[in-house]
Amino acid sequence: MAFVAPKETYSGKVFEVAIGTGKTVAFGGENVLPFSAFEGNVPNRPVVAYEIQDIPPDDWPETVRKVYEGVSGDPVTWAKHCQDRLGAKAVALRLLGTHPDRNNRSPEEAAKIVKDVLAAINIPLIVLGSNNVDKDSLVLVAVSGAAQGRNCIIGKAQEANYKTIAAAAMANNHKLIAMSELDINLSKQLNILITQMGFDKEKLITDPMCSALGYGMEYTYSVMERIRLAALTQNDTTMQPPMLGDVGMYVWKVKETQALEADLPKWGSLEERGIAWETATAGGLLIAGAELLIMRHPAAVKAVEKFIDELM
Amino acid sequence: MLVIGEKLSIIAKRVREAMMKKDMGPIQEIATNQWKQGAGMIDANIGPAEDGGEELMQWMVTTIQEVVPLPLCLDTTNAKAIEAGLKVHNNEWGRPLINSTSNDPERFPILELAAKYDSQVIGLTVGKGGLPADAEERAAIAAEIMARAMEYGVPLEDLYLDPLVLQVATSQDHAVKVIKTIRMFQELNDPPMKTVVGLSNISNGCPKLLRPILNKYYLALLIYEGLTAAIADAHEVVETAKTIDVIMGNTLYAHSYLEM
Repeated sequence: MAFVAPKETYSGKVFEVAIGTGKTVAFGGENVLPFSAFEGNVPNRPVVAYEIQDIPPDDWPETVRKVYEGVSGDPVTWAKHCQDRLGAKAVALRLLGTHPDRNNRSPEEAAKIVKDVLAAINIPLIVLGSNNVDKDSLVLVAVSGAAQGRNCIIGKAQEANYKTIAAAAMANNHKLIAMSELDINLSKQLNILITQMGFDKEKLITDPMCSALGYGMEYTYSVMERIRLAALTQNDTTMQPPMLGDVGMYVWKVKETQALEADLPKWGSLEERGIAWETATAGGLLIAGAELLIMRHPAAVKAVEKFIDELM
Repeated sequence: MLVIGEKLSIIAKRVREAMMKKDMGPIQEIATNQWKQGAGMIDANIGPAEDGGEELMQWMVTTIQEVVPLPLCLDTTNAKAIEAGLKVHNNEWGRPLINSTSNDPERFPILELAAKYDSQVIGLTVGKGGLPADAEERAAIAAEIMARAMEYGVPLEDLYLDPLVLQVATSQDHAVKVIKTIRMFQELNDPPMKTVVGLSNISNGCPKLLRPILNKYYLALLIYEGLTAAIADAHEVVETAKTIDVIMGNTLYAHSYLEM
């Protein structure tokens, strides 16, 4: 008798989210575990967005800083470079310069930067704050208005600031990232609180908080896996938004992406090591269920796209 | 766990009057409330309905399903009324459930109806000779009903075994026997047999203030033993059902779980 692979069927389905207005892109929509199209329907491939900043990436390690030399001094040039030269499907603009400890840029300045970037590109834009909960609630409100009509993703809304950010995203018809700190129950709770404000659950993206390989990635992996299982096996609609892996910013600050070959010759080429670290972290989180990744190094993005090609 | 909303019973004065006057308002209001509170099925109890039962059951089925997208539990001893109800039941919202057959030969025609109309059916584990003494006797009667169901062409997965909950105020020893029975019923087949109880029977005859307390704690114990469904007031038991679902790991916990 021929072997018949056992198949699981699930009662739930991940919401499909489409972003952008020119060249749009969609992710999510599957009713099976990651890359298990043989059991059901996987309408979209995961999306990788290139991370850029409103200020030069002075604190990025040399390996990833040098690939953006000449373009990273200005967010508009940088965004266009990602779109035109690197073939980015989406760009994630992190407004790090708004942080009170950095340039303390005003919400109005941030809004203008977002407008300028949007005017220069045709691909979808993800706009991220500086992860200062007070400042983000001002900046992201201004930015939401500036990006009105462009169907962006705004983030990140957290327990301490979700009300103003969600209201602004709702008023300007954007998608919203809801981030909690590596706790599946708090992640569910935040999604509930945001939807109780009237925000459409099908416009949410869950960020259970990322972490790099070797630095707690197994926690992110496990929370993502459990979120996806709750969505599919328990048909828990609060856990059915697609998930984000904000990979680049976590990977490019760990020792393995920075330690010099001269100091640690056994670890091999620093450049290859960094790219491999970002690739491996991203690949792991895709297997756990992430549908949207934010990454930095073009070589790592290329490797992850190939990985997706082979698994789809 | 499936809650079969129980508030539409001829025993309740408001419902009885609405049934007599064919006043759709109160029936639809109660059914809608049960649905909104989490009922997955609505019990339509028209009593023995010896006169005009067929017409009354059809009126109940269409009246309820006009506003609530759920299947119904057709609750009467009148087989003709059941058949009339099955004919108009909208299976788009799920398959109906007949309440009930038993091990009394007079109730076997109900199994015929279940097979003919592809309906699910409750098997009340009583026979001709009065109430079962304990869990073992209930299980023995259940086995006979199961054999009868197969004979009539009713698949065992469409049969819900009802151990018959008795009043704690008068038959206290049966309360724990019924809990034990829920476990035993499941062991009668693989996959396990489905089970159902008429929950509020436990507190029948008790002071009004005590009734919800008895109902809710009893339900928690029954769910723990694997109860599939309860005919109960959804409004009263929704908190219990959701909380037990969290404790048993069927729902992912969040601080707002009761609001979901």
